[in-house]
Amino acid sequence: MQFPGRHDGAKVIKRNPRGLTMGQQHDAYFVPTKSYWPIVAAVVMFITVFGAAHWLNAGPGEAGFGKGVLTIGVIGIIGMFFGWFRSVINESLAGNYNAQVDTSFRMGMMWFIFSEVMFFGAFFGALFYVRMYSLPWLGGHGHGVLTHQFLWSDYVASWGANGGGGPEQVGGAFRTVPAWGLPLLNTMLLLTSSVTVTIAHHALRAGQRGKILLFLGLTVLLGATFLYFQAHEYMEAYNELNLTLRSGVYGATFFMLTGFHGLHVTLGTIMLLVIWFRVLKGHFNKDHHFGFEAVAWYWHFVDVVWLCLFLFVYIL
Amino acid sequence: MSYAATHDQHDDHHGAPKSFFQRWCMSTNHKDIGTLYLVFALTMFFIGGSFAMGIRAELFKPGLQLMQPYFFNELTTMHALVMIFGAIMPAFVGLGNWMIPLMVGAPDMALPRMNNLSFWILPFAFILMLSTLFLPGGGPAGGWTMYPPLSLQSNSLAYVVFAIHLMGISSIMGAINIIATILNMRAPGMDLMKMPVFVWSWLITAFLLIAVMPALAGAVTMLLTDKYFGTNFFNPGGGGDPVLYQHIFWFFGHPEVYIMILPAFGIISEIVPTFARKPIFGYKAMVFAIACIAFLSFIVWAHHMFAVGLPLGAEIFFMYATMLISVPTGVKVFNWVATMWGGSMTFETPMLFSIAFIILFTIGGFSGLMMALVPADFQYHDTYFIVAHFHYVLVTGALFAIIAAAYYWMPKWTGNMYSEFWGKVHFWNSVIWVNVLFFPQHFLGLAGMPRRIPDYNVAFANFNMISSIGGFLFGASQLIFIGVLIHCVFFSKKKATDRVWEGAKGLEWTVPSPAPYHTFELPPVVRDEELAHGHVND
Repeated sequence: MQFPGRHDGAKVIKRNPRGLTMGQQHDAYFVPTKSYWPIVAAVVMFITVFGAAHWLNAGPGEAGFGKGVLTIGVIGIIGMFFGWFRSVINESLAGNYNAQVDTSFRMGMMWFIFSEVMFFGAFFGALFYVRMYSLPWLGGHGHGVLTHQFLWSDYVASWGANGGGGPEQVGGAFRTVPAWGLPLLNTMLLLTSSVTVTIAHHALRAGQRGKILLFLGLTVLLGATFLYFQAHEYMEAYNELNLTLRSGVYGATFFMLTGFHGLHVTLGTIMLLVIWFRVLKGHFNKDHHFGFEAVAWYWHFVDVVWLCLFLFVYIL
Repeated sequence: MSYAATHDQHDDHHGAPKSFFQRWCMSTNHKDIGTLYLVFALTMFFIGGSFAMGIRAELFKPGLQLMQPYFFNELTTMHALVMIFGAIMPAFVGLGNWMIPLMVGAPDMALPRMNNLSFWILPFAFILMLSTLFLPGGGPAGGWTMYPPLSLQSNSLAYVVFAIHLMGISSIMGAINIIATILNMRAPGMDLMKMPVFVWSWLITAFLLIAVMPALAGAVTMLLTDKYFGTNFFNPGGGGDPVLYQHIFWFFGHPEVYIMILPAFGIISEIVPTFARKPIFGYKAMVFAIACIAFLSFIVWAHHMFAVGLPLGAEIFFMYATMLISVPTGVKVFNWVATMWGGSMTFETPMLFSIAFIILFTIGGFSGLMMALVPADFQYHDTYFIVAHFHYVLVTGALFAIIAAAYYWMPKWTGNMYSEFWGKVHFWNSVIWVNVLFFPQHFLGLAGMPRRIPDYNVAFANFNMISSIGGFLFGASQLIFIGVLIHCVFFSKKKATDRVWEGAKGLEWTVPSPAPYHTFELPPVVRDEELAHGHVND
């Protein structure tokens, strides 16, 4: 992984600023041609959120066009991703991207992942705040004596089980998902998938295509299995444990954290699948495989988020 | 990669594409996208400004004059959202888009298509947000901070939340682009510590944006699920806490304040040396001060919440951390003054706005310091004192810097000189009326007038009337700017030279005026003596 900074090629140019020696890095900068994909992307994103907002805002029983618009928008977004990535892949295969462009892409992906980390940070922050402060305060600890005294004097703060739902027990009594069953298995699955994707990466560097396909395929399967178990766990939570999105703040943090993570695993699995097909088509070589690495970084990020979830949501 | 391949990519090698749609909607050109951002920001500035005129008209006299209280609340909410996300931030991104590649010797932004997407998301986001004003039940009216439980009562919450998601996506992509441009696209010889301060300020601002916009997205997502999906993040009955929202929001909100002022610091640090004809005093100190302010911005958020009932330890921590910020900010103000000291100064319009910035922003900084004191803040909290404070830092701070930058770089953008006479008319009208507008609000706040109300005690009548008169005239003064702009672009006969300003230094002044459609397609040769801030390592 290259970190931001100067390329060695730059020094060559400093000595000979207008000398366009072929084959060196930075002979000239690369600026892509104009493209209609960005404006298409902006339009389909707008259609999607407009549909979603309209759908949410329509009261129960009210007829609305929200769902239809939302569907059109989502299909548009999927189509836009296909089109935009196809043109980028074609440009990449045509050899248009030099080392400098590659570095820009890498930086873009790294900072995108950083922004994702901060997004999860907001939800983890909410979890920690609720567990460390607001629930104990409702139970009369430290700062919350008066709230407890006047509003919910019989409430005893405890996390998970029945207490964690909050003083009004919104959503009714519930039980929590035990950490050492499916969640442990899912942890193993994701950790293994991180290993397999790394093996695939090494195989890519060594140029062993069969091995890449095998281990990348395994990674996709592990991701899909994870998602299957996660869905199973959700159904069990809803049907047998009465743990729902409405189960007080416990249910809110549990489902929003694991749900957003599951969404990221879904995206990551789709991305890995795309990369698998690109390997099959021979898009990558040992020096030129940013697409593969970007998805691998993303997969490791999703893995690390899961480890935090396993620790803070399931075990503790 | 061969040179031919590069050349093929430039089918619009020597000029802009002819078709309107191709040029403006499919652009990968940082100058065109920068122009789009600036035009959008100016449009939003007048829309947000018209909301402010409505607010001041209602507050001209005590009693309900013109509108229902709910509409008044919609105006205050929309005024803030439009000005922050629609005017100030896009204006800075537009300036960054135009100037950063020119200042570091890059041909364009690092990721030009994403750059276009960042821009085009914005008009749609604002259509979505402003359309709520026409929905049955009205738009959001709980203030731009959208505190629950009040904001959860709004019928249009989903629209606003999704609009904010879109704006966040736009900001994050814009910020990623700026970081990649600055770190990866600099011309050989443009070392980090030789970059113009404006570029430095944007590098750090971009980092802040990527770090905190996702937190805002998370906070408003929780609002969305609380309202529509039955979660209990902010409902104490379910174990949540409305104050939790405030913590997450201000974890975004305080760095956001610096997102709106750090690029302004950068602009002032470009303009003052030019018109004082001296390199900036203490370049390194300026850079480190910006970094220091950015770091501190992450650990001061709860000073927005002193009155919600925080534990004492938290109040003390956030009070001292907040006061610490005045140290690096003081370094900056000192260095601007020291740059002017002994310089051969001239007072063209950009310099006038910069000097007004230094003085008036400092006033806003001092009133901020007053509110950093917890016991004093209990008195000032949610009064017109805070309104006066943040308008001093945002209007005479951020906005004045943007206007200064517009005058400073307009000849480079258009190739024509603007009318110095009308620029000065614009300046003097702005600087006088903005003080008539906002200074009395300090007194109103100290006397106890709460913010965000359509009606008030008759005791506050005189100062409110003065403030409203200042407001109308300040608003009208901005029309002068439109006149200057149109004259400069279309009618000005006076051609700008490449250097434009006698004392101007930096790579952006080495290209012709107007800057050609493509600049620095080959890396320029960087000579230290041409750089804005001299050879700082000596």
